[in-house]
Amino acid sequence: MATPSSTPVDLSAAFVMAAPTAGDWLVILPPALMITVGAVLVMVRHRIRLHAPIAIASLGFLVFLDMLLLWKVAVEGPVTMTMGRWLPPFGISFTVDVFGALLALVSAIAALAAGIAAASDVNDSGRRYGFYPFLMLLMAGVSGAFLTGDIFNLYVWFEVLLISSFGLLILGSERQQIDGALKYGILNLLGTTFFLIAVAYLYAIFGTLNMADIAMRVGSLQGAPLMTLSALFVLAFAMKAAAFPVNFWLPASYHTPRITVSALFGGLLTKVGIYALMRVMIMLFPLQREELSLVIGIVAVLTMVLSAIGMLAQNDLRRLVGYAVIAGIGNMLAGVAIGSLAGVSGAIFYALHSIIAMTALYLVVGRAAAISGSWTLEGGGGIYRLAPGFAFLSLAMLLAVAGLPPFSGLWPKIMLVKASLDIGAWWLAAGILVSGFLSTIALGRVFLFAYWRPQAAQTPDAPYGPSAMDWPSLGPIIGLTLLVTAFGLFPEGVIRLSETAAAGLLDPSRYIGSVFATGGAP
Amino acid sequence: MEAVFSVLVAAFFSAAIYLILSKHSVRMLLGIAILGNAVNLLIFTGGRLTREVPPIIGAGLDSLPAGAANPLPQALILTAIVISFSFFAFLLTLTYRAYQELGTDNTDEMRLAEPKDDPMPPLGY
Repeated sequence: MATPSSTPVDLSAAFVMAAPTAGDWLVILPPALMITVGAVLVMVRHRIRLHAPIAIASLGFLVFLDMLLLWKVAVEGPVTMTMGRWLPPFGISFTVDVFGALLALVSAIAALAAGIAAASDVNDSGRRYGFYPFLMLLMAGVSGAFLTGDIFNLYVWFEVLLISSFGLLILGSERQQIDGALKYGILNLLGTTFFLIAVAYLYAIFGTLNMADIAMRVGSLQGAPLMTLSALFVLAFAMKAAAFPVNFWLPASYHTPRITVSALFGGLLTKVGIYALMRVMIMLFPLQREELSLVIGIVAVLTMVLSAIGMLAQNDLRRLVGYAVIAGIGNMLAGVAIGSLAGVSGAIFYALHSIIAMTALYLVVGRAAAISGSWTLEGGGGIYRLAPGFAFLSLAMLLAVAGLPPFSGLWPKIMLVKASLDIGAWWLAAGILVSGFLSTIALGRVFLFAYWRPQAAQTPDAPYGPSAMDWPSLGPIIGLTLLVTAFGLFPEGVIRLSETAAAGLLDPSRYIGSVFATGGAP
Repeated sequence: MEAVFSVLVAAFFSAAIYLILSKHSVRMLLGIAILGNAVNLLIFTGGRLTREVPPIIGAGLDSLPAGAANPLPQALILTAIVISFSFFAFLLTLTYRAYQELGTDNTDEMRLAEPKDDPMPPLGY
């Protein structure tokens, strides 16, 4: 029997008393929706005909929710919802700013494209093993990571998306996949464990896990080992993002699963690492980022240039695209190394471009292999004659990834080159340009050998033969190409949003204000 | 108390890193299992160690007694244990499958996804 307390308890000292408005619910809806639909799909896992319609419809709804969310934060500023009504920093907060909402929206679009493409690419046995439930849970992890405002919760979302990615990666259980998945699994688990170690130290130093709370206290902290902590965070997120010395898991595994899975991974997973790196290093530890900027810059240049050389050395189209993903990571790291408003907004724009372009490029390569019957540059060919319309779309995508006008790859590169010249880092600008030049050669060669050259007389090695018009595979490519072209022709809106997002990272006062409405922790 | 635990955590980490540096996948897995426990101990130590003062507000009191244990690290560790256990189970199955399918547990010999004799891209038309 509990004895009644002598004084009445003042609930408002510990709880959020106002009921959350409908707009606040938007903050938590994307991951909640994805988890729920994932669970429903697991329940109906034997009725595989239902999977694709349910999953595609809910991904479409996710895009709609993320659009509403982006509109809300763009108009009102960051929005916070704290779980269980506990006042922050005691409850787990979901805090959404323009940066998180932008990335969530664009990755939902990429996932929708992959979900539609999977309707023709993933066969019945793949669906029976749970392709669509894994896709939903992966998106729950990705959306949660972009929207959360608590660093331990960020770690949990990392693990959610990691374990779903394991499931997707070994779907089909071919020998090659098992080999790739073992390397991917062990190295990625190490990466997230480094992240957890860093979180443990962070908790020991700050006594809080709420990012807004940390951002508020970091300035007044004396004598804490923040450099060690930041270096650990940089290592952990560089590993997740596949930056140069710790990127060997990516070329080992990304070409082994079905092409739709590769498209999802190439578009989304590494960008979550970049997101976390920017969130932690730019918003939470700006002084330490300044100190580490030379290291991050060198890593960025090495990542860009070496992966562009890697692209030149590949015969397999999927592995070539894998190196293209890494080259993009180098460009985003360059923005983190620069750290000015222009540099960070360039990196954000590049991340948005890269999510769309890499998903599309994997899908393009998959369809190209289906038409020519070969995954390799050596064995393929003749696509220009067999499917001229698709060849045109592919050329657009190849140019977009290489960063040539009039597609969306051009603008972030211009922003990054200009920002690095502004701070006098000519070597960083040179790295971006050299890497862009080498990628252009490598991607141009893809068009030369796989499209223009007459078909090589050879037995097909790609998993499926040439197919006629099938909309589930062609539709997403058309949609994503239109998007990339639209971003390239009318970049002002995206540039403005990226600048707002970057400004929110560099000066987190509005982010903090949204979490602690009264202006300070109790 | 913290000093003793720090040494213990360091010992766990060294054993884990030594095992993970091995080429054999089974040893790497053992290393990963130890690494997970090392991190859990680290969180536990990082969250302040005290003895015999449970974090319970007694009847008639408004706040915790001085020097009460910190319950948050235990919640964090619980999450981390669940996650690292499920990953360990998955990787164990995967390693066993890899041993069955590829016939080796030496990661140097697992070259199926990245074959050694991968041909160069064509150098001319």
